[in-house]
Amino acid sequence: MSDPVSALNGASFNGFATIREIGPLGMITLRAKGVKALDKAVKSVTGTKLAAPRRIEINGDRACGWMSPDEYLLVVPYAEVTAALASLAKALAGEHYLAVDVSDARAIFRVEGDKAADVLRKLAPVDFEALEPGELRRTRAAQVAAAMWAEGGGFTVVCFRSVAGYVMGLLTHSAQRGSEL
Amino acid sequence: MSTRLAKGGRLINRTAPVEFTFNGKRLKGFQGDTLAAGLLANDQMLVGRSFKYHRPRGIVASGPEEPNALVNLGSGARLEPNQRTTTTELFDGLESTSQNHWPSLEFDVGVVNNYAARFMPAGFYYKTFIHPRPAWKHLFEPIIRRAAGLGKAPTEGDADRYEQAYAFCDVLVVGAGVAGLKAAKAAADAGKRVILLEQTPVLGGRAPVDDTEVDGKPVDAWIAAVEADLMSRDNVTIRTRTCGFGVYDHGYVLADERVADHTPGDGRPKHRLWRIRTAKIITATGAIERPLSFAGNDIPGVMLAAAVRDYVVNFAVSPGDRTVVVTNNDSAYQTALALKAAGLDVPAILDARETADGPLPQAARAAGIRVLTGKAIAKVKGGKRVSGVAICAQAGEGSVQEEIACEAVAMSGGWSPVVHLWSHCGGKLTWDETLSAFIPDPSRPPLNHDGSAMVEVVGSANGDLTLTGQPVTIPPVWVMPQGAPIQLRSKMWLDYQNDVKVSDVQLASREGYVSVEHTKRYTTLGMATDQGKLSNINGLAVLADSLGQEIPQVGTTTFRPPYTPVTIGALAGESRGEIFQPLRRTPMHEQHEAAGAYFEPVGLWRRPYCFPRAGETHEQAVHREVLNTRQNLGLLDASTLGKIIVKGPDAGRFLDMLYTGVMSTLPIGKCRYGLMCNEQGFLSDDGVVARIDEDTWLCHTTSGGADRIHAWMEDWLQCEWWDWKVYTANVTEQYAQVAVVGPNARKLLQVLGGMDVSKEALPFMQWADGTLAGFPVRVYRISFSGELSYEIAIPASHGAAFWEACTQAGMALGAMPYGTECLHIMRAEKGFIMIGDETDGTVIPQDLGLDWAISKKKTDYLGKRGQERSYLASPDRWKLVGFDTLDGSVVPDGAYIIAEGENGNGQRNVQGRVTSTYHSPTLKRGIAMGLLKHGPSRMGEIVEFNTAAGGTVKARVRDTMFFDKDGEKQNV
Amino acid sequence: MLILECPYCGVKADETELSPGYEAHLKRFGPGASPEEFEAYMFARKNPKGVHFERWRHTYGCGKWFLAARCTATLEVFGTYPAQVSEPPADIIAKIQARRPGWTPDWKAPK
Repeated sequence: MSDPVSALNGASFNGFATIREIGPLGMITLRAKGVKALDKAVKSVTGTKLAAPRRIEINGDRACGWMSPDEYLLVVPYAEVTAALASLAKALAGEHYLAVDVSDARAIFRVEGDKAADVLRKLAPVDFEALEPGELRRTRAAQVAAAMWAEGGGFTVVCFRSVAGYVMGLLTHSAQRGSEL
Repeated sequence: MSTRLAKGGRLINRTAPVEFTFNGKRLKGFQGDTLAAGLLANDQMLVGRSFKYHRPRGIVASGPEEPNALVNLGSGARLEPNQRTTTTELFDGLESTSQNHWPSLEFDVGVVNNYAARFMPAGFYYKTFIHPRPAWKHLFEPIIRRAAGLGKAPTEGDADRYEQAYAFCDVLVVGAGVAGLKAAKAAADAGKRVILLEQTPVLGGRAPVDDTEVDGKPVDAWIAAVEADLMSRDNVTIRTRTCGFGVYDHGYVLADERVADHTPGDGRPKHRLWRIRTAKIITATGAIERPLSFAGNDIPGVMLAAAVRDYVVNFAVSPGDRTVVVTNNDSAYQTALALKAAGLDVPAILDARETADGPLPQAARAAGIRVLTGKAIAKVKGGKRVSGVAICAQAGEGSVQEEIACEAVAMSGGWSPVVHLWSHCGGKLTWDETLSAFIPDPSRPPLNHDGSAMVEVVGSANGDLTLTGQPVTIPPVWVMPQGAPIQLRSKMWLDYQNDVKVSDVQLASREGYVSVEHTKRYTTLGMATDQGKLSNINGLAVLADSLGQEIPQVGTTTFRPPYTPVTIGALAGESRGEIFQPLRRTPMHEQHEAAGAYFEPVGLWRRPYCFPRAGETHEQAVHREVLNTRQNLGLLDASTLGKIIVKGPDAGRFLDMLYTGVMSTLPIGKCRYGLMCNEQGFLSDDGVVARIDEDTWLCHTTSGGADRIHAWMEDWLQCEWWDWKVYTANVTEQYAQVAVVGPNARKLLQVLGGMDVSKEALPFMQWADGTLAGFPVRVYRISFSGELSYEIAIPASHGAAFWEACTQAGMALGAMPYGTECLHIMRAEKGFIMIGDETDGTVIPQDLGLDWAISKKKTDYLGKRGQERSYLASPDRWKLVGFDTLDGSVVPDGAYIIAEGENGNGQRNVQGRVTSTYHSPTLKRGIAMGLLKHGPSRMGEIVEFNTAAGGTVKARVRDTMFFDKDGEKQNV
Repeated sequence: MLILECPYCGVKADETELSPGYEAHLKRFGPGASPEEFEAYMFARKNPKGVHFERWRHTYGCGKWFLAARCTATLEVFGTYPAQVSEPPADIIAKIQARRPGWTPDWKAPK
């Protein structure tokens, strides 16, 4: 079997901010609510606590993001997804939940630089000045759904894999030198 | 002649000269000039021709209200028509050309319309071109379209980039004159997040021209101090060259920033559209001076009085050596004084009022200017420029008492507060008798999401015309002189750009137009690109007078965004070219491109329609793909197929409600075809459902349907059956899916190796997990072609590699990729329906003979009650059958099956229509499916389909299974 | 361009992040329902000028459906609340009545 290939194979662009497609990352959609073992189950996979509404808990290359009242995004190294799913299955055995691998359904971008927020201000109806550290914002980037959060001197942007080219086009257009806000 | 003065000009930088062209003429200006200032400095009084009569026109105003001085700016891929010279900043190398004339600005053949003006009254088009009817389309319209219009649309794609951006604040101040600066400072002092927008490049507004001090400080010093103060604050953002042009619900404001209009080609976006969300909007948009209606008020050299002093004070441009001032209020006296101060002559101030004794008139008299009260202009003399004015009594009918030679006329008919932004979201106006103007009515503001007032208006936009708070009285003077006869009234322009005169509005009123909205459309008053900024109030005053009504009774037309025209590039923003809309690509997209695929849109997906080889037409390619798949092996990229996981203790019960059939009884490891209907009973989607484990199902949807069906599931789970324990996940994009189809399909999988795909191990309508060529796969033994077929799902990040592996290993087995058209033909040959072809939102499964997929036992499913409605249960409905054309031809797409007789409109009656029609390469003739009244009971009957050419195609009714009725090819 | 606060995630969502779902608190009528009941369920919509209850989905956010009480004439929003109720909750009714004293509920299922 070949190595997994991300949607754009690591495309990048240097404008007034730097755009990099990263990944593939291991990603799991976990749906559950009111399940006692949930905190423990998540901790066993990400090493973080369960994210509170609109938050993302980051632990190195692992994270738990709140997606909706009954949905979490778990980020783990790509190679560990199968083990993580098994771990969740064990911890949540007998409970009503859904855990599914969505690593390959996503494209992930990093937008970095002092003015990285300016790139996203052109694409999303989000008040980035009011965006708190550790806040995960689900919104749209122009015409497609996206999730974004501030992390390590920039932003991480997640979108669907099929529109990775479109989102790279948006980010490239928005990061052109001379178009700082 | 108009010219540049030797001294002065507060906005120009005399050390930075620039060169520009107008109609090819090389002209000189300074950095800081507007194009209008630059043209006037070069004595270019004549700048365009009017829309209807092609009359010579000059610059009237100094801001966005300018109706006349529109030019083509730039050339080639940077050509922009209808650009206002008064808001265009001059830059080195600017190219401009005048518009709406032929062959030249100086000599325009269209001016013949001017001499025929009395034959082209209001409503001329409506009255003249009605008969004969065909002549409109073929004769009148093309001629009018050529003659009308202003600039020419560019023929090349726009070379520039545009973008949009979102901004958020507590207080948005629109307009950075003194009132706006004060409002911004107050909000900033209160700790609010403030954004201040100013449409020009500089802050301060009119005050530096009109006033000497603000709050006891010299104007320029006050402005500089406030600007420096605001700039120093973290909670204030100032955006110049940015026009807030529209106010929308819940504090949403759109603004157009002209980022690089004055530095074209420097790589920056030309415009940026701001989408601003604010808790509160303060508009400080000022007021616009009104023209006066006197005969010849459109001759080049007749300008607004405030514009004249703008040109003198800001740009050191003289409109001419001698300027006559005509007014009904004191503000125009400032123009006379400014001209005097610049060393220019003001032969007279004509004041329509009987007395004028305020401080400004007194100052004018003291400066030695002749002030004539109770006087009016009977007529402006001149053609392509003003040569003088004839004076009469305002109270009379225009008998000339005196003529004065002059090069310019500075007029002021009072001031109209700019109430547009207040009005966009429903703010109401009140008529102010003292100002003779509409001002915002604070008791009826536009409302915000919490019911509070969304907009506050300050400064002259609110009718507070002076910084000192000194009350201003402006008596109404709507026609000059008041008893002007028709000869004069038909030369008094209200709307310069659309050539609407006082006499046109009066005619409309005589013809029965009583509503201002109707009069506007009939006369085109205020409908030009300036949207009547100068003409609306004068026009409706004339209308009110004609109707014998008060102005507030007549009311205004509706103010709608945008306040000034916004280039479509800014509205489109980034949505151009490659990123015009999201294109969804499968993991194998690049390989398809390399293989020469011809793509078609399926929703936002791009899917290969076919893979033409060198020298092949698309049709030939499709036919080759069908035959090869039926004879050897075809590979289809089926990644776009929707895949939704449904899991939970109530998942089976939920799916039984969603599908017309029963899914809860589906054994683990098996697949079942299912139909979904909406609550009206109409078929909405179909697909194969696989039972994964005890409480997990995987539902395949159509390619275009995944998001819609997932949302549909969530809607029912969240809003109706919220106590059911079911979770869904849309995993469409997690998997690439490859359909391996044809007699050699099993052989290919065996070559790839890794799992048992034999008939026994993996029978039809079952699935299995395993590996193929080392890839982790889930293999579904399902078929949409009637062939031996496997659909293989693989994680998307391995999709390209797996496709490559199939292609390589398939070579020896005759494998070829095939596209959507081949898929369509093969499914039609087998009589399989396609959502969107056989269905159109009015078709129920029973119409398509799919009763077998509808459970008779279930008491309920979505759509069941809808299907019970009498007209859906009627035996007279059109039902699905197949057709063989008698001559083997292909029934045209969209054809109807004609019936006897005609309907009430004289059209042939119909009894059915085609839904799918193809040439079958397998059967070597045309095949079709369609809906036919009583179809299933009419086997063997001959029916006729109409054709676009007017003929018919005869076809025999048959069943829908055209090929391999017994499924021998599939069940191997 | 409305702003509606998603009651699940607290985002003051721009209208472009939402999908409209039309009238709220409809009662489903399935098999066995009379033609009148089914018609009322499928087609009879109030479309009032004034207080109205609507379904919205936070499509570009948490994906959840929520309900909004707002005035169709002034676009004033009285409140938003989760969709898992068959009638507007008491606090929403109180908020409406505070702003529209003459308003009385009328959401009883049409007969």
